[in-house]
Amino acid sequence: MQFISLTLKRVGFGVVLLLIVLILNFFLMHLAPGDIADTIAIDAGGADEEMMDAIRKDYGLDLPIWEQLLKYLAKVAVLDLGYSFYYNISVTDLILERLPATLLLVISAQLLAITVGVVLGVIAARNPQGITSHFVTVLALVGYSAPVFWTGIMLIILFSSILPIFPIGGLMDVSIEREGFAKMLDILHHLVLPSITLASIFVALYSRLARASMLDVLGSDYVRTAKAKGLSEFLVVYKHALRNALLPVVTMAGMVFSGVISGAVLVETVFSWPGLGTLAVQAILARDTPTILGILFFSSFVVVVANLLTDMLYRIIDPRIRTSND
Amino acid sequence: MPDPILSIKNLTVVFKTRSGDVPVIDDVSFSIAPREILGIVGESGCGKTMTSLAIMRLMPEQGKITSGSIRLSGEDLVVASEARMCGLRGNEISMVFQEPMTALNPVFSVGEQIAEVLKTHQGLSNSEAREHAIELLESVKIPLPSQRANDYPHQLSGGMRQRVMIAIALACKPKVLIADEPTTALDVTVQAHIFELLHELRDQTGTSIILITHDMASVAEMAERVMVMYAGRKVEEGPVEEILKNPLHPYTQGLIRCVPHLKETISPERKDLHEIPGIVPPISHFGRNECLFAPRCCFVEDRCLNQRPLDSKRAAKHLTACWQENTNFEKVFA
Ligand SMILES: Nc1ncnc2c1ncn2[C@@H]1O[C@H](COP(=O)(O)OP(=O)(O)O)[C@@H](O)[C@H]1O
Ligand code: SF4
Ligand SMILES: [Mg+2]
Repeated sequence: MQFISLTLKRVGFGVVLLLIVLILNFFLMHLAPGDIADTIAIDAGGADEEMMDAIRKDYGLDLPIWEQLLKYLAKVAVLDLGYSFYYNISVTDLILERLPATLLLVISAQLLAITVGVVLGVIAARNPQGITSHFVTVLALVGYSAPVFWTGIMLIILFSSILPIFPIGGLMDVSIEREGFAKMLDILHHLVLPSITLASIFVALYSRLARASMLDVLGSDYVRTAKAKGLSEFLVVYKHALRNALLPVVTMAGMVFSGVISGAVLVETVFSWPGLGTLAVQAILARDTPTILGILFFSSFVVVVANLLTDMLYRIIDPRIRTSND
Repeated sequence: MPDPILSIKNLTVVFKTRSGDVPVIDDVSFSIAPREILGIVGESGCGKTMTSLAIMRLMPEQGKITSGSIRLSGEDLVVASEARMCGLRGNEISMVFQEPMTALNPVFSVGEQIAEVLKTHQGLSNSEAREHAIELLESVKIPLPSQRANDYPHQLSGGMRQRVMIAIALACKPKVLIADEPTTALDVTVQAHIFELLHELRDQTGTSIILITHDMASVAEMAERVMVMYAGRKVEEGPVEEILKNPLHPYTQGLIRCVPHLKETISPERKDLHEIPGIVPPISHFGRNECLFAPRCCFVEDRCLNQRPLDSKRAAKHLTACWQENTNFEKVFA
């Protein structure tokens, strides 16, 4: 019961957040010089005042601004984000076509960063003076300070000339028709370098956090209790300690999710990955306002959903939050 | 006295500190018989917890056993392998800690935490272990045990959590239970209940109990024999009645005088409370060849400052480590 009402609260919060993003979107659209009538007029190669007025009336641009806002929100509610005159396709269709590639990249990079980060962090925490511990410290420094495009380009150089085992661009090999499993493998093969590049920024963050949190937990009273029960070292570390040490990592994963998405824009560009990031860059260069705003809305949506999922995951791991006040 | 179940001989535990190696446990010997309740008493910082952690072989990393033996039914734990210790801990020898609020893992239900020890040592299946865990919750007098088994630690009070810890510690019917200040963090009324429970469980299971406390009143209530510790050393040992009636070491006398109703039994004319003046020396002083109690002692003489007093037998089972042959009570109050 508690769980459901809390989740509903979180969903409501997310909806409010998206509304704010939409309203900001709307005003940005109005602040930008020119409107749809101008765009259409340019597209058509010129138009007179009368025709422009007709178009403005057609699109409801003569209405009071709050009425226009309501109309805009109503349209977004049915996933109508307008039309991209540049791509000649509805913005929603355009985005939905590109979204899977971005989600694939972002999620695999997050999972990779968390897994590698936690494994390094745990090893480092179990032997604070050991080589892994120092490695984590150095990695944290390098990973944090190296710009992602640099890492990407270095990897491209490495894997294009020295060790050509991974493709360095695109989503799949378009020269060969593949179906089903073979196609999936091909996509995964192409995913390797972009996701490593994107993950590299966050591995440092997660490993440092996991190391600190694991060190803390390993010194806790309940870990001593677990040892006093006669549990093996393995169970003490990976059952009793790790689950507690993961809590801050999960929180952090939710917090940096938007950062991963912005990182994805760069990584997609470096690796010509056909996702929302490359689309955003193209749309900006083409001044395709509806598409830019649509991407803004969708990425906010993805961040809100990711935070909701993080929150639920946290509550599954930590019973103190799951069962509070009951 | 029958053969001891646990016998500690000349145990020395050295700590690496910034100011060099110091013995936190300094040549301590004692033993405990089957079914016996032994009290270990001393102020905070006297090495009581380190003694128990040494017996469990769970000392912090900077601590090392440098000499002595810890024999459990004859087997020396000092040289036992880590795997062997895992088999003994929670099974033959258990420990209940001072802080019930933090000693249980917050992310597992208490039923699971009890069941775990049964699965580890007795190879019970999940459902058998769970059933047995509920019986154990009942045996430590937790109401509605089958519902409480699903609770997480944060849903229980401190007293209830300590009962859960006791259930975990006694799940495999160990030969020895070490209870390290099990009630220090709890209310006085709860303390009485926990003591009652420990007594009862000892009578039922025959487990020997080492009860660690800083409070002579708890010793008087619970223990049959007592060992007094000061600055990592044993300073007095004997049957509880004997020690309460005729404490020989000035430190023991001071501890007794801290407790109003005990004090009356030995010194009825003075009813006001006496704190022992001064404090336990810092760990860097441990191991010096002198009586470490000297700065707080009103019987101090030259010898005390130049040589560590050795254990001497004053009555059949009564040992003390003090140079003074005659530490008369009345002198303290003079
Ligand atoms: N982790 C530790 N690191 C350094 N010194 C410690 C540590 N734990 C305890 N000590 C020192 O060891 C001595 C004995 O401590 P302890 O066994 O906890 O005493 P007690 O349980 O009697 O209060 C104390 O002087 C204390 O300061
Ligand atoms: S040895 Fe000396 S200083 Fe130490 S307790 Fe006895 S009389 Fe006091
Ligand atoms: Mg202690």
